[in-house]
Amino acid sequence: MHEMGIVLHLAKTLDETAEEHQLTAIGKVVLQVGEVSGIMTELFTDAWDYFKLRHPILKDSALVLEIVPAVTWCDNCKQTYETVKYGRTCPHCGSGETWLIQGNECTIKEIEAE
Amino acid sequence: MKTIQLNATVTASNRRDADALRAQMRETGSLLINVMSSPGAGKTTLLSRLIQDLRDVKIAVMEADIASDVDAKRIEELGAASIQVHTSGMCHMDAGMTAAALEALGQKLPCSQGRGTGREAGGGFCSAFDLIFLENVGNLICPAEYDTGAGINVMLLSVPEGDDKPLKYPLMFRQSDALVITKIDSLDYFDFDLGKCESRARKLHPEIKIFPVSAKTGAGMEALERWIRSSLTEWKQI
Repeated sequence: MHEMGIVLHLAKTLDETAEEHQLTAIGKVVLQVGEVSGIMTELFTDAWDYFKLRHPILKDSALVLEIVPAVTWCDNCKQTYETVKYGRTCPHCGSGETWLIQGNECTIKEIEAE
Repeated sequence: MKTIQLNATVTASNRRDADALRAQMRETGSLLINVMSSPGAGKTTLLSRLIQDLRDVKIAVMEADIASDVDAKRIEELGAASIQVHTSGMCHMDAGMTAAALEALGQKLPCSQGRGTGREAGGGFCSAFDLIFLENVGNLICPAEYDTGAGINVMLLSVPEGDDKPLKYPLMFRQSDALVITKIDSLDYFDFDLGKCESRARKLHPEIKIFPVSAKTGAGMEALERWIRSSLTEWKQI
């Protein structure tokens, strides 16, 4: 149910945006989703398609997901690497003192609306 | 059609609801503490101990779970007010759900004590309590992403879970004001390095308060309780 919860929050944020900009229909919603944000994109799209039909302002909207690659920083050798390929252990020096610097986000980049 | 650049997080509306709830809680003078951890880290056991130790503080507990009411029953047996919140499968509590739970708590109990009813502040919840604990759904991931409107966020990490958890769940450690390391009476049986855990947590969140405790033996509880008391005094003053 993680994805449906996110869809509900997204819809609420969009409702507030619509009110603020006096929008009547939202045509496109562009989301930036981190590779390791824990969001299953297929499930998320399904949840969105189910929900939008029940939410008039979003009824004809298209959801566009832009995937943000996950990048990890190694505190030991001060370099970055691809999180998904190497996980928590730095491929340069073998250290485990590593931190995710991007790839965990779920951001509404822009919407098209009238 | 026009394009509007938002660059807002998906949970922006939740953040606003949370800020509104926090402001209401400030007016009523009740401190809401959001307690987060993995399942089985000892949230209910810790809260049971706190209820017994802080007898002079009026405490209520909101138990959020996907199902069952075993935790709420444990709390009620100790004589504290509690309500069970079912999240209908959701893996976290958000600000809207928390506000609804506070309202249910207020309806369950007469709002005759304390400073005002909370309804004056528009909250519709009871301010008969000094401390209201929200025992969030057991999960180290999703609850960290949703601001519940709590004044303080506390996370528990139990010794059997391992000292590497700050590396695996960094957001939870960043969002928490305090880290309570539970079950320290079992340190002899696990390869849990307290120093390593503390330095990993501080790397993520330099100001985090760290309290190693055992709710079973009472070790370390005094420091935690002192911090809770001073946080409550601070909350009521501002």
